[in-house]
Amino acid sequence: MGLDIYKINPEFKDIMPREIIELEENATWSTKMNKPRGIKELPETKELLEEHSLCAGCPEAAALRYVLSALPKPEDTVIVNSTGCTSLMFPHIALHTVHSLFGNQNAVASGIKRVLEWRFPDTQKDVVVLAGDGATVDIGLDYTLQSFFRQEKITTICFDNEVYANTGGQESGMTAKGQVFKMAPTGKKFDKVPMWELATTSGCHYSINMTASAPKAVAKAVREAILIAREIGPTYINLYTPCILEIGLSANEGLGEMKDQDKDRFASYKHISPEAEAYLKKCKEEGLL
Amino acid sequence: MLKKITEGPAGYMPQSAPSMGVELAPEGQALLYGNIVSEEEAMRDAARALLTRDNPTIFPGPQVLWDWKDDVADKAAAILELASEIPNCKIIPMPDYRPKYPKIDVKAEINPNHPNLTILDNRIKASIFVGVHCHYANLSLRMIRAGTDCYTIALCAYMGHEEAMASIRDLHASTIHKFKEIVIEERNKLGIEWEPTLPPENPSLQKEDHAALSPSDYGEYRSLIMTRKGEHVTEVE
Repeated sequence: MGLDIYKINPEFKDIMPREIIELEENATWSTKMNKPRGIKELPETKELLEEHSLCAGCPEAAALRYVLSALPKPEDTVIVNSTGCTSLMFPHIALHTVHSLFGNQNAVASGIKRVLEWRFPDTQKDVVVLAGDGATVDIGLDYTLQSFFRQEKITTICFDNEVYANTGGQESGMTAKGQVFKMAPTGKKFDKVPMWELATTSGCHYSINMTASAPKAVAKAVREAILIAREIGPTYINLYTPCILEIGLSANEGLGEMKDQDKDRFASYKHISPEAEAYLKKCKEEGLL
Repeated sequence: MLKKITEGPAGYMPQSAPSMGVELAPEGQALLYGNIVSEEEAMRDAARALLTRDNPTIFPGPQVLWDWKDDVADKAAAILELASEIPNCKIIPMPDYRPKYPKIDVKAEINPNHPNLTILDNRIKASIFVGVHCHYANLSLRMIRAGTDCYTIALCAYMGHEEAMASIRDLHASTIHKFKEIVIEERNKLGIEWEPTLPPENPSLQKEDHAALSPSDYGEYRSLIMTRKGEHVTEVE
């Protein structure tokens, strides 16, 4: 692991595809940057997500681009993902990704983090869980909360689209009350699970509920969450990325839907523990934020 | 010699070579059409295939393309020498195993999840796999045998591959040099005249100039970028 694996063998430089050469020369690896990585570099630099096979206009794809652009140290980051729409994107990322079974992503991430701490005691390795709401809150709720109880130093990011989207539209725990889907015709009977509050109660040092409507805000939250997870303990980001197909919107309407929900179900919620706040202050002084 | 494993197309989901009774060659030997033979015999047949079949191509994998270990440079230099001795040989890299969806640039790279696309598009009839991790090499070689008529040669640093027509095991830079000498011998025997020439550079597609793009460039998909709220698209397939 580390940036060494992205060095092209000089003998073969002229037969490598352009995208790979750009990945080596023009991606924002943290060692090449004299300031924290961020979304500002997205237009000029090579992205870590080459292409993806999600639907046109999917807010989840946009959110993943923001997340990847904001990782503090991508070359030393392992991403653990789970079954869902998101698992279609992860094979395309130029980073280490592990696809876990449906729901046990936080358990897998815990193991990876512990082994990395033992194997590379001198290097800071970040483990980030990226999964959908079905994996995080329904099927994997036990593993997610248990990792918070154990104070595992991992960041959990939930792409909350409020539905099981790639299996045809079944309701999930995160679906809003009364919502009707193709395979939930009578409407949901109970309220949306307030996972961000559960995370706070379960011991997360940083828990935030937001939509992906503002790229800068997403990038800032991701950076803060990962830095806190390095030193203090578990962090959680609940990110609304609506499934435009399942709620009947066109490709260009995802952003509008997220902006609407900024004032409704995803009105800002942010919890930072006092020690995490003090640590963030220190990070700011050191120029890490 | 009974040819257990031959060029395809063997059809969708062909029986795997191990289940057809093909075993990996012991140390010092090689596999040729699923039979255990001497290394030289396998190399001679592979060399003849590379010299006589259309569009011979080398597919180097991540283990030789990336500068991650000390001995990689030697192997890479040897591969380039070998490529320069095969007439009209091309090198198409397999830099990583990420699936290239929705569209792969088949002139620029090959991908283990759909290697047949690159082989069919470039009309490759003989190919060498080198430096591809074994599990992905097995996947690719079986897929190629299933869907194409390409003669596959596996140059493996470990135990070799049953699915390839010719498989050399325990590969070092010196083994590649030996293979190169055999290619030159066979070339002279066949009377092919060839001056060593390095393969052409990678013909990657030019980057899209987004400023110059118009909706018509998106062809049948233009409706995806043009729809507005309330708009009704009448022209559909």
